[in-house]
Amino acid sequence: MADDIERARQSHWSKTFWLTIVVLLIWFVFSIVLHWMATDLNGYTFLGFPLGYYMAAQGALIVFVVTIFVQNLIQDRIDAAYERETGQTEIVG
Amino acid sequence: MAQAAEAGRKRFIDDLPRIYGLYTGGFIVFILLMALLERFGVSAQAIGLMFVGFTIVIYAVIGWLSRTMEVDAYYVAGREVPALFNGMATAADWMSGASFVAMAGGIYFGGHPYLAFVVGWTGGYVLVSSLLAPYLRKFGCYTVPDFIGTRYGGNLARFCAVVVLVVASFTYVTAQINATGTIASRALGIPFEYGIWFGLLGILLCSMLGGMRGVTWTQVAQYIVLIIAYIVPVIWMSNKQGFGIIPHFSYGEAVQKIQVLEQAAQVGALKPTATDLPTGVRALTTLHNSPGGFFEGWRFVALAICMMLGTASLPHILMRYFTTPSVKAARRSVAWSLFFIFLLYFTAPALATLTKLQLFDPELATSVIGKSIADVQALPWVQQWSAVNFLRVIDSNADGILQVNEFFMRPDIVVLATPEIAGLPYVISGLVAAGGMAAAMSTADGLLLAIANALSHDLYYKIIDPRADTRVRLIVARALLIIIGAAGAAVASLRLTGILGAVAWAFCFANSGLFFPLVLGVWWKRANRAGAIAGMVVGFAVGTAYLYYTYTTGHALWGIDHLRFGIFGMAASLIAMVVVSVMTPAPDEETQKMVDEVRVPTGRTILAASH
Repeated sequence: MADDIERARQSHWSKTFWLTIVVLLIWFVFSIVLHWMATDLNGYTFLGFPLGYYMAAQGALIVFVVTIFVQNLIQDRIDAAYERETGQTEIVG
Repeated sequence: MAQAAEAGRKRFIDDLPRIYGLYTGGFIVFILLMALLERFGVSAQAIGLMFVGFTIVIYAVIGWLSRTMEVDAYYVAGREVPALFNGMATAADWMSGASFVAMAGGIYFGGHPYLAFVVGWTGGYVLVSSLLAPYLRKFGCYTVPDFIGTRYGGNLARFCAVVVLVVASFTYVTAQINATGTIASRALGIPFEYGIWFGLLGILLCSMLGGMRGVTWTQVAQYIVLIIAYIVPVIWMSNKQGFGIIPHFSYGEAVQKIQVLEQAAQVGALKPTATDLPTGVRALTTLHNSPGGFFEGWRFVALAICMMLGTASLPHILMRYFTTPSVKAARRSVAWSLFFIFLLYFTAPALATLTKLQLFDPELATSVIGKSIADVQALPWVQQWSAVNFLRVIDSNADGILQVNEFFMRPDIVVLATPEIAGLPYVISGLVAAGGMAAAMSTADGLLLAIANALSHDLYYKIIDPRADTRVRLIVARALLIIIGAAGAAVASLRLTGILGAVAWAFCFANSGLFFPLVLGVWWKRANRAGAIAGMVVGFAVGTAYLYYTYTTGHALWGIDHLRFGIFGMAASLIAMVVVSVMTPAPDEETQKMVDEVRVPTGRTILAASH
């Protein structure tokens, strides 16, 4: 029994850990890499915007919002699996 | 009795969509009523006064209705705030006078480099959601130092966290009280010095009686006011210019057009020569979209990093996620927060772009650049804003035509004056003033509460007098709220720094001292007390020392100026924390177990419900 819970914990944390790594990679690209090369991106046009400007004024922001909502959904599944395996429910207090 | 009260609270929570739906409807009716009064010839002054006065009375009533004598309600709003509403409250908590009043103006004058604030103040939420919010909620703390104090143990760690929190939040709150004073003085027609104290009174009415509970429900109301006030003028202006009802996806052409117009107007090439200008007014010298090379890219990224990691360390934001009912709700409410913040932040560049087009595009009737000086000086909005020293038109080369280096204005008025520039009715200007007031008040409330709670809970109750009873604790908390508010107002009335400078400093103080101790507390089991204390002390000291160096000498190592000093603070904090942790013994078994427990979403909170 205790072993099962320990195993569920480890699997929950490793899934959470990797999800976080992926999210942070997306964050890194859209908050740092793209803006560092904005002048190059401005050579392209997107929706009528110069792409470098678009990314800083709107594109990166939309990516952040979508990323967090998707991360929420995936983490909900990871948590639900953990709750099923351990029989524990949401926190109290 | 208690059960009846419990049932009442439950009904209230379930009723929230209806209550705030009615409130939003009521506010729209109020706007229409004001528009009608304007038609009947009521003065602009009276309309501005009614907008600001009416909204403040509403917030005060909500504050009064939320009064409480329970510790849980006072510190964490009873941990029953649904994710969506906590998202709105966080968005109001987050978007300060700087976001509302100064951001679009900053983009107007600063061009692409300034967009680092837009990226930084949204991207930070990805870090909050992934690294901190759900885990801090599981912990069950009342304040941010509560987490540091329990995770690392010992009063010294707790005390260091309190010091960083107070310095960062106090720097921030003076800027907000300053903003409320500016808006109140203009809307009510009273001197700035009185405006500040009036603003403070409004702020305290929301937070004093109800603590976190009162602040939560007023912040939701303030968010609704501020987002309507920000978006309505932009949509209106966009319709007039033919960019459609939702300009956000179609103003790309405006950006390209501005690049052409700016070249024609010789922006950047013509330097302003006029002297004897009022403080704060500027002529446009930076191009709208010129990101520059590698070095400018680094400066952009450095500023964005400081703002993002600062977002993830500012206690008044983190503590909002302690108020949700569960770990899942905490995570979900970070997503909603970012969504609600996004609505304003992706509007700001559109506003800056459209306003610039209004002034530059010779095809538009509202344009001023290239027109005759006499015509421009005859415009009512130019006269009004010149009268209060927010704007200047000076014919430096005496050719009778207005060039770009002869048109000076304060960045703030891009938001405040846009309705008038675009020829919108005055009711819109009144709405914008009420929105600016809501933005500054809600942030000031969150910050004052963060400071007062840290001092009353962590310093007074946990360190000085652990036996204090509930009543005394809550009285101390309220007394501190008044004292800190008054101190903030007193400092704000000295007008030491601009609004934006103070805000950037607050982020850098917070990330220098708190980011790594908070994040590594969850993500690195080996982090121990000595390491955390070293991280806080060294990070904060190095950051502050560099700020002093760069601010007094004007030298900026590798382009890191006073707005970005957190880069050095954070680097020092990380190194100190890792080195000292590794050199000292690992934390005991109990602490390691606690970290394991924080990482799972189920079971009991680490700290008991009332502690």
